[in-house]
Amino acid sequence: MTLYPMDAPAQSPTRDLPRLMSAAPILSMTGINRRFGTVVALQDVSATVYPGEVLGIVGESGSGKSTLLRMMNLEDSPDSGDYRLAIPGSAGNLFDLDRYARRMLCARHIGIVYQNPHLGLLMENSSSGNVAERLLIAGERRFSVLRSRAREALDASEFPLERMDARPVELSGGMQQRVQLAKAIALEPALLLLDEPTTGLDVSVQALVLDTLKRLQRDRAITMVLVSHDLGVIRTMADRVMVMRKGRVVEEGLADQIFQDPQHPYTQALVHAKL
Amino acid sequence: MTVQTAMPAASASLAPNLPVIEVEGLAKHFDMHHLGQRLDAFSGIGFRIMPGQFLLLTGHNGAGKSTLLRTLYRSYLPQAGHVWLNTAEGRIDLARAADVDVALLRRREIGFVTQFLNARPRVPAEDLVAEPLRLAGRPAAGALAVARAALAEFGVKRELWAAYPSTFSGGEQQKVNLARALILPQRLLLLDEPTASLDAGARAALVRRLAALKAQGVAMIGVFHHPGDVAGLIDAELNLDSKETSNVAK
Repeated sequence: MTLYPMDAPAQSPTRDLPRLMSAAPILSMTGINRRFGTVVALQDVSATVYPGEVLGIVGESGSGKSTLLRMMNLEDSPDSGDYRLAIPGSAGNLFDLDRYARRMLCARHIGIVYQNPHLGLLMENSSSGNVAERLLIAGERRFSVLRSRAREALDASEFPLERMDARPVELSGGMQQRVQLAKAIALEPALLLLDEPTTGLDVSVQALVLDTLKRLQRDRAITMVLVSHDLGVIRTMADRVMVMRKGRVVEEGLADQIFQDPQHPYTQALVHAKL
Repeated sequence: MTVQTAMPAASASLAPNLPVIEVEGLAKHFDMHHLGQRLDAFSGIGFRIMPGQFLLLTGHNGAGKSTLLRTLYRSYLPQAGHVWLNTAEGRIDLARAADVDVALLRRREIGFVTQFLNARPRVPAEDLVAEPLRLAGRPAAGALAVARAALAEFGVKRELWAAYPSTFSGGEQQKVNLARALILPQRLLLLDEPTASLDAGARAALVRRLAALKAQGVAMIGVFHHPGDVAGLIDAELNLDSKETSNVAK
C-alpha cells in the first residue's frame, strides 16, 4: 500500500493575483522545460520573486532544484521557457542573450554562492583577489577602488579582514563560504542565488553563516533565491517556499504554511520526516 | 515613564464604522495523506469585529481555537469561506489573497502573538524588540528607546537588554517575545495563549498594553487559558464546541 500518493497532481489552491504588493517582480520565469536525454529535469516550472523576498526551493536530489537555480544564473538554457529580470537596460527573454551578454549580465546583476567553493572561487588566488575579480569583470580598473570595495564586501560578509589576503585553500569551509558571499554581493546584485550554501558545514558554523545571510537580507533587503534539501535552513531563511519533485513544482506557499499545513502528499512526507 | 505614552499610535486608521474583519462560512479540515484520513477542524464560522473590539474564542481542548487563529493568519489554508480584511488599501480576502500580499499584511496590519520567542543567534533582546519598528521605517535611535521602555514595562531586567535572549530562561524569553509582538500597533491582533506561564507582573503589563491598544482601535481575537486575565477587555465570545457564532457588530 502506498502511504503517500506522491505522484498526486500539484496542490495549488486558488489564489488572487497580488493587489497590495505594488512593486513588480525582480524575477519572473514561466514555462521552463528542460530534458537531458530521456530524463525530464524541469517540467513547466514557473517562479516569481519580488524585491527583498527570500524564495526557498526545497526538494530531494534529482528534483530539479539545482538545475532551476543554474537556469536563473544563465549557466544553462531550457528547451523552452521565458526568463526576465527587472534590471536596468534589460528587456525580453534572457535566454535569447549570447554568451558574452549573459556573462556581463551575471557579473553585474546576479551573485551566486555554491555549495562547493571550488565552483565559485579560484582557490589559489587571494580571497580579496577573488572578490576583486568580480569587480574587474564589471570594468573597474583602479587598484585602490578594487581593494577598498573587496574589503567592504568581505567585511559585510563578516569575514575576518586580517585574513583577506589568505588563499581560500587555506581557509575553513565556513570562511570559504564567506569569501563566495563577499564576491557575490560586491556589486550589490539585483538577485543573490544560494545553492546549498551551508550544506556540509558544521552545525555551529552553519548557524553563523545563516545569521550573516539574515543580517545582509535585513540590512540591505537583498532579493534571494535559496536552494536546499535542508528544511531547517529553508525555514530559517525563506519568506515563501517552492517544493519540487521530479522536475515539477508540487506546491508553493508562505513558509509557515508549507511547514504547518502542507497540502501535497510529498510535502507532508518531507515535513514529517524532519527531526 | 509608562510604555503606553512611549508607544507609537496606531497607523493609518480607517473609518470607525467599517468592520476590521468579516469572516463568512469559514471551513478548515486537514487531509493526512499518510493515514488516508481527513480531520475536520471547523466549518461555517462567521463573525465580524469592529475597531477596538475583543473577541474571545472558547471551547474545550481540540475544539479548534488555535486552528482558527492560524487559519485567519493564513498559516493554515482554509477549504471554504472568506476572511475579509478592511485594509488601508481596500478589502482583501485573506482566505485567497496572494502569498506576497499576506506577507505584506503581516508586516503592516496583522499581528500574531504566541508565548514563544523566536530567538536568533547574536541578536540582542533590545534589537529583537525594536525590529518591527525598524521594518516599519522608524529611525534606529527612536525605535531602540521605545523597545527599552517596553522591556522595562514587561519586567525584563536592564542588564539583559543588550544580551542574547537565546540564553534567557523561558519566562524571560516570553517577556521579550510579548514586548516585541505588541510594540507596533496593528489593525488586527491574534492572541494565542499569550499569558500562559507568565508571572503576575508581566501578566499585568500585558493586560495594560492590550487595553492601550484596544483604546487605539486595535481589534483582537484571542485564546486564553484563563480568560479572567483579560475579563475587562472582552466584548464577545465565540464558542467553538457548539460552533455557535455571535455577531459582534451591532
